Amino acid sequence: MTTPAAVAPRIEIQPIARTATGSGRRLKLGNQVVLQLICLLIGSTVLFPVVWIVGMSLDPRNIARPDSLIPPGANLDAYARVLARPTLNPVSFFQLALNSLSLAFIISALSVGLGVLAAYSFSRMKFRGREFLMIAVLAVLMLPAVATIGPLFVSLNRVRLGGFNLGGSLLGVALAVTSTQLPFAIWNLKGYLDTIPKELEEAAVVDGAGRFQAFRHVVLPLSTPVLAVTALFGFIAGWTEFITAQVFIVGDPSQWTLAVALNALVGQYAGSTPWSTFAAFAILFALPVMVVYLLLQRWIVSGLTVGGVKG
Amino acid sequence: MTAVAASQAGFQRPSFWRRTQNSRTAYLFLLPALLVMAIITFYPLVFQVWMAFTDFQLKNLRPNSPGPAYVGFDNFTRILDSNIVIPNFDFVRVLTFNLFWAFSNVVIHVVIGVIIALILNVDGLRFKRIWRAIYILPIAIPPIIVATVWRNMFDPQYGAVNQAINGTIGVLFKLPPFQLDWLNQPNPIFAVGPLILPLAYFALLTANIWLGWPLNSVVATGALQAIPKDLYEAAEMDGAGYWSKFKTVTLPFLRPAMLPFAIYGFVITFNLFALSYFMSGGGPFGQTELLVTTAYRLVQEQHLYAVAAAFAIFQFFILLIITLATNRLARATASFDA
Repeated sequence: MTTPAAVAPRIEIQPIARTATGSGRRLKLGNQVVLQLICLLIGSTVLFPVVWIVGMSLDPRNIARPDSLIPPGANLDAYARVLARPTLNPVSFFQLALNSLSLAFIISALSVGLGVLAAYSFSRMKFRGREFLMIAVLAVLMLPAVATIGPLFVSLNRVRLGGFNLGGSLLGVALAVTSTQLPFAIWNLKGYLDTIPKELEEAAVVDGAGRFQAFRHVVLPLSTPVLAVTALFGFIAGWTEFITAQVFIVGDPSQWTLAVALNALVGQYAGSTPWSTFAAFAILFALPVMVVYLLLQRWIVSGLTVGGVKG
Repeated sequence: MTAVAASQAGFQRPSFWRRTQNSRTAYLFLLPALLVMAIITFYPLVFQVWMAFTDFQLKNLRPNSPGPAYVGFDNFTRILDSNIVIPNFDFVRVLTFNLFWAFSNVVIHVVIGVIIALILNVDGLRFKRIWRAIYILPIAIPPIIVATVWRNMFDPQYGAVNQAINGTIGVLFKLPPFQLDWLNQPNPIFAVGPLILPLAYFALLTANIWLGWPLNSVVATGALQAIPKDLYEAAEMDGAGYWSKFKTVTLPFLRPAMLPFAIYGFVITFNLFALSYFMSGGGPFGQTELLVTTAYRLVQEQHLYAVAAAFAIFQFFILLIITLATNRLARATASFDA
């Protein structure tokens, strides 16, 4: 066939775990046992922190000393405490989760909605200033969010309507996070749109469809997986955002997100940490992300690598 | 020449409106994103450059406050002289540590990721699916949780690490309780010039290896599965052993997938906020502080917005140099006609 150097392995959006198990040669029993033991060892290092934190969350003594997998007198008290009042402020877990959820939703919708239009333009059209704008977007992508947080905070603080201060609100945090998520979304979506054959749209245009109609009826349906993955990345970024949330809204506990509350629990100035409460909080915080991630694993991983492998 | 002139006279040149139709459509698609980016990304960047040359502070944040004073390159020289309010700050040391941190992590992640991908790619290995499902777990946990959980695991009194040592070696040799404070040991393990590695660095490294190798392994697996099996058979017929098969068949397929991903990983690790901030808090003596955590402290703890702006400009150029050095910028932007 071809020489290996000429073939760049392109990872497509498809199940990654599609392996030819059972095919090929059989393994000698000794080798099989040795390899299984190695896999078990790796697996136990991966699972150890997870088991540790679950054990800690069930520990009634509110310290981190699960000497057995299920500590003596294990109960769900820590979870009850977290749900009622996770921090010293009178804010329930439900309120924190709702704040995180709305933050995540705005960021996800903004970055995908605006991003896919821009990505389509970059991927399909030739126009003046295209290269310049693409480099501008890419340059922003390299900047960590924290690099623009000062000027963003200062300028958003100038937008005040009556008692409302954009620089001290969740909406301000959403805008700040979108400023880093949008370039990523554009780049990630463009990488995928580049792989959709142009002929499909050209056929639609020949049939009398306009550019926007071709985009809406041909390109959008074909890019559903990558749209979902990009939306999910925006969502996770919003759900777990710490830096901007801490800078913008730490002064107003009613607007706190889960990440800000977590910092109040274990941050550098939190004093002695109630470890069981922390563990229960961490599990409730991470669980939604983990469930979605594991359900959509194959799409996420290939969606992430398609942009990186290309080029 | 005359033929060209004749054709130009005969056919009307398309009007400006028609000629720019493609560009207009393109900009129509771009408009919403560009508008938003102009306000929340590019404007702050320009504003940032202006701020870097002033003495913008907390008092300038109030509405209707007088504007800050122009101070020239003061903020930049203050950073280079390590003369900012943050204790133990040393620009060269933080930059050196930050580069070493990213480099050491990525090398280890890629090597471990590839080795484990190779193990899981062995023909006839059973339970592959189960192992892969377990190994993907760290990717699914938000870094802020990973960092705080590992912070707890390295706790001197209640941490899992010390307790595991007590429970095994301690019980075997009947040692007194082992209570090493991993994240706050004052004496560095390694110190040559500006590169200082305290014990906390190795704790951070452990946590980040746990977090980082699985995604590398997934990318390597994708590349390994794209290798046609007959290439190995052909190599075997030529009498190639394990090592030479790896070198001549596997490696050429791995490289194009792993190299861009390693560069991506370098930038991500270079800017990894959560571990340094939540695990070691930058300690001991600011030795595990990164550029991102320093920038955060300048804004949130010191409220030195002007110094933070100058600092961000340094960060930008450092990242730009890293990216240009890896030469991806030009290649990644040239995919239109590919």
